[in-house]
Amino acid sequence: MKAGTNLEKVLKAGNFAVTAEIGPPKGGSAKVIESKGEELRHSADAFNVTDNQTAVVRMSSLAACAILRRMGLDPVMQMLCRDRNRIMLQSDICGAVALGIGNLLCLTGDHVKFGNHPESKVVFDIDSVQLIATVKAMRDGGKFISGEEIAGPIPMFIGAVENPYADPFEYRTARLDKKVKAGADFIQTQAVYDVPKFSQWMDEICAAGIDERTHILAGIIPVKAVGMARYMRDYVSGVEIPDWMIKRLEKSKDVKEEGIQIILEIIEEIKLIPGVHGIHIQAVGWEEIVPEIVERAGLLPRPML
Amino acid sequence: MKSITARKPLEEILECLGTAKRVFIVGCGTCPTLLGTGGVNQVAELAASLKETGKRIEGTTVLPVACEPLPFEARGEFLAAAEKADAVLVMSCAYGVRQVADIVSGPTLPALNTLFIGREEEPGLFIEECSQCGDCILGLTGGICPITRCVKSLFNGPCGGSVGGKCEIDEKVLCGWQLIYDRLKALGRLDQMDVIIPVRDWSKSSSGGPRRYSMNEKK
Repeated sequence: MKAGTNLEKVLKAGNFAVTAEIGPPKGGSAKVIESKGEELRHSADAFNVTDNQTAVVRMSSLAACAILRRMGLDPVMQMLCRDRNRIMLQSDICGAVALGIGNLLCLTGDHVKFGNHPESKVVFDIDSVQLIATVKAMRDGGKFISGEEIAGPIPMFIGAVENPYADPFEYRTARLDKKVKAGADFIQTQAVYDVPKFSQWMDEICAAGIDERTHILAGIIPVKAVGMARYMRDYVSGVEIPDWMIKRLEKSKDVKEEGIQIILEIIEEIKLIPGVHGIHIQAVGWEEIVPEIVERAGLLPRPML
Repeated sequence: MKSITARKPLEEILECLGTAKRVFIVGCGTCPTLLGTGGVNQVAELAASLKETGKRIEGTTVLPVACEPLPFEARGEFLAAAEKADAVLVMSCAYGVRQVADIVSGPTLPALNTLFIGREEEPGLFIEECSQCGDCILGLTGGICPITRCVKSLFNGPCGGSVGGKCEIDEKVLCGWQLIYDRLKALGRLDQMDVIIPVRDWSKSSSGGPRRYSMNEKK
């Protein structure tokens, strides 16, 4: 065991894992995190907390994860390279360990241009691949980037993200391999809607044997309105929404139900793709739908390990 | 290579001048002339605009190369006029402002913003190619700088926001890592895309105050 978190145990035991995202509030209310955590408690194995996602200021991922941990839940702390240099990144990793957080998802981060402080100075001292390698060196080598020894262990189950739909498409497998070689124990992908394209990418992953060296969780973003689908297609970077899906939502009388139905069908298809070890549900702002989706997808009860 | 500049708004220039009444304007015959930001015409235009606001123009000149030391014999006439002014406005990059400030005793103020060191990619379009970071990695990246050309300065790109060769932040911005990928592919060196480039030593960049280089000190 690298960190002994619930997520690591579930994946190691060969279960089809479920993780869910919890978006922190634009403020200091612990209650918001507590009530979302309570609502999703039995629906997922671990809970991602975003780190100032899309460059919009929110409660820190570290603080929100500590609140979830206090409730006995297994948090996945998301960590971006956009806002912190290597000193602060390593400092927050030590802090996370002290607070009992054992899963860390390493990302580069959306550019500040997309957020509510587009005038900020970006940091990008190190990139996501380098952050993954840093956490691995802290955990396995007991050393900071400087080479100095760390006082005590840094048990972290290391995650990374990948977008199977970005360009150059033919490089995406090699790019993932780079992250896995750097030390990624699990991967959460960008939202999957175009299942055949995702499946093609997974074929390449399996052919290269990458699925045996890491756990791949497919990203799921439930859509509850046609406008939301169009917005994501047109404005959310890295998300590809096929036209058939938008047409189906447009024709439907109950768009919410149709959206859930589409997501359930996608989950069913994903379950059959070799090498996929779970799903990661990102229902930001619509977290309350997660229990229903997980139940109707036949993924309850979650394993108790 | 050119130092790319842009004119500051008149309001900002006036705010900088404050109560200074008599103004001398210096242009530059090199980059700002080619860019149309600080040549003969732009110096005349700024002089006319300032006159309209009630300023008095003591004189104007366009130095051949504002960032080079002004030959001693060329200083006399220029200095005599410049010294009569309450302030000297310089329409050049920041290097030129510093040069002029060295020989004029009064306030020397910039009328341009210095944007970047750029290369002309197509007529009239300048793109930044080098951030002068002090530790060149072009040898690993097909001659295209990821620190400068990637908006996130990724060393192990491209990120998930690269679509159709464009960057997610602006379709006018080409994805630096797509450029690198294409170049390495053409060179038959895609193996370099698999190398994990380790964390970088930024101390050679702009994190430590003004950088210095001496031809005389032993390395």
